[in-house]
Amino acid sequence: MSSFAEYAWLVPVLPAAAFAILTAMGRSAGRAGAWIGTLLTLASLVLSLLIAGQRLSGTAEEYSNYYNWIQAGNLSLSIGFEVTNMTSMMLVVVTLVSFLVNLYSLGYMKDDERISTFFAYVALFSASMLGLVLSYNLLTMYIFCELVGVCSFLLIGFWFRKPEAKAAAKKAFIVTRIGDLGLLIALFLLFWYMPDHALDFTSIHNVFGTQTGAISMGITTLIAILIFLGAVGKSGQFPLHVWLPDAMEGPTPISALIHAATMVAAGVFLVARTFPIFLASPAAMDTVAIVGAFTAIFAATIGLAQNDIKRVLAYSTVSQLGYMMLALGVGSISGAMFHLFTHAFFKALLFLGAGSVIHSVHTQDIREMGGLGRKMKITAWTFGIGSLALSGIPPFAGFWSKDAILASALEHNPIYFVVGIVAAFFTALYMARLFFLVFVGKPRGETTNAHESPAVMTIPLLVLALLAIVAGFVQTPFSGWFGEWITGDAEGGHESGLVMVLSAAVGLLGIYIGWLIYAKGTLRRDIVSARMPGLVKLLERKYYIDELYHYVIVKPLNGLGYLLEAFDNYVVDGVVRLAGQSVSAVGRLNSRLQSGQVQGYVLTAIVGLVILAVAIAGRRFW
Amino acid sequence: MNMLASYLTLAAVLFCIGLYGALTKRNAIIVLLSIELMLNAVNLNLVAFSKYGVQPSLTGQIFSLFTMAIAAAEAAVGVAILVAIYRARVTVNVDEFDELRR
Repeated sequence: MSSFAEYAWLVPVLPAAAFAILTAMGRSAGRAGAWIGTLLTLASLVLSLLIAGQRLSGTAEEYSNYYNWIQAGNLSLSIGFEVTNMTSMMLVVVTLVSFLVNLYSLGYMKDDERISTFFAYVALFSASMLGLVLSYNLLTMYIFCELVGVCSFLLIGFWFRKPEAKAAAKKAFIVTRIGDLGLLIALFLLFWYMPDHALDFTSIHNVFGTQTGAISMGITTLIAILIFLGAVGKSGQFPLHVWLPDAMEGPTPISALIHAATMVAAGVFLVARTFPIFLASPAAMDTVAIVGAFTAIFAATIGLAQNDIKRVLAYSTVSQLGYMMLALGVGSISGAMFHLFTHAFFKALLFLGAGSVIHSVHTQDIREMGGLGRKMKITAWTFGIGSLALSGIPPFAGFWSKDAILASALEHNPIYFVVGIVAAFFTALYMARLFFLVFVGKPRGETTNAHESPAVMTIPLLVLALLAIVAGFVQTPFSGWFGEWITGDAEGGHESGLVMVLSAAVGLLGIYIGWLIYAKGTLRRDIVSARMPGLVKLLERKYYIDELYHYVIVKPLNGLGYLLEAFDNYVVDGVVRLAGQSVSAVGRLNSRLQSGQVQGYVLTAIVGLVILAVAIAGRRFW
Repeated sequence: MNMLASYLTLAAVLFCIGLYGALTKRNAIIVLLSIELMLNAVNLNLVAFSKYGVQPSLTGQIFSLFTMAIAAAEAAVGVAILVAIYRARVTVNVDEFDELRR
């Protein structure tokens, strides 16, 4: 029996074909184009499920296939694909979320005149992410990383008539470019130092995993840090997190896609895929863990003070990605992948739910919402499930994965554990704030026309809500088969009940405080802002990171730009203009001689003749 | 007294007068006349050399006959052009013939 994995290349090719078809059809495709995109994504979802199913049943070997792309002398670059347990899991996550986002967009983008363009971009986005997941070596992975970046640029700036959307798209592209540069340099270094210039993950695994000493420690750390820089850019870790919240200017389904399945997962997946390099360098591991832990708590605190429903979710994504990086940093690849897996579902759910709310009330400001729970029952219930999952309340998915991460953090270093627990408390608090402000209480703004979204939008919500409830059970402290399936060795399955109790307790505590403040009103809302207005302002302005970048990087660069422009205008152009003008001045002078008077010409000729004659005569007598 | 030198001097004087006239006169007909003067100065040289030169021969005189024939043709063409210009521009003033400039 031939294995489905042999046809894995079809998984990214199907959405890519959808992109090609939609682009060829142009705007005339309309809603038919939207259906083409959705159906082809469904096809690749089915194929991914078949592949994953075969791997789960354990009947298929790891499968990889490649061919030589460039052969120059003894240098060869190959491209290909590889199917492992981890990639098959990612395939399912990406195609599933992508399909649901497609389905949801059929409703959400219904009235947009560029709907077929939108679906074309979404298809290309999914295709690039799937290609990244299937990559057999780092080179193809880099190429797809760039493609993912381009697609996010196109989609964030989809409503390009909005200046904020344009700015956000540019910001996302440029900020992630910084990370990609790191990845590119890492790629060059690897290419240089690896035996036989091999870039495929199997060789990387062999060289860094078993033949220690083949590459020196310093170089290993450098490569790992540079790869991590790429991941920082893509996964929105501090200090390159600034693009992710701004990416909210794009259509909401795109936020769901970027935040759940594609763009941000790329960074975590990148580190997970090149994990042997990190394992070989303790310094790099510490960097990953510290950056992850810091980002987790840093973004969670910002999330507390934001008033845009999508921005709160964006910062929660940054924070949750911090958890994943923390997990990687403390060596728990299964914890990171597990959290990526569950987070994809409940974050997609939350974003699509937020989209449903925005679709209904036409505002993103949570201060203008309130009491929507009665009018939008399905959205409210599913959003609530997503919030509970994100807050880490048992038995929802987020609890199990967060618990796995916290447990491995505790084993590694208690400080990481404390940071994680505090961040989890903040997570629960801001999600409670968000939920109670939006769905509970009295309507505060123009929400009288609020209504439930059409079925095509609520069905994805229901599917994702179901997954947000059950997805966590693939790995509990009592059965670690998911981690074993992903990494190949049984590392999960800790027995620490303390971690479970603590993480559930801080989650519940956060929600309780949120309930007291924002629903019941027992605690006054300005309890913090009255005493420490500076702190709240600091959080509202996101620690002034954007301002800092503006003054430290953007302004000096602008200044340098002006300087160079002036140099170009006055010095370079001046020389050019001088050359031109001197020639034309000589010309003008000479044109005086061209009087058109024949007699003048003859006189000139005779003067010339006389000079010649004198010269010749003079030479004779000299 | 060397006869050749006086002929050559006369020819040089004639040539210079002709050149001066050709360069300075505004009337195109006078310019043409001056050119004839220069040609004749040359003729004078040729004849002088054929008579008093180092190797006297008739070649110089024959040459001057050719020159006269060509000068006649040149004068005919020149005057014809002048007439044509006069019809077009109603002037024979050389100053105003500045088409070369345009």
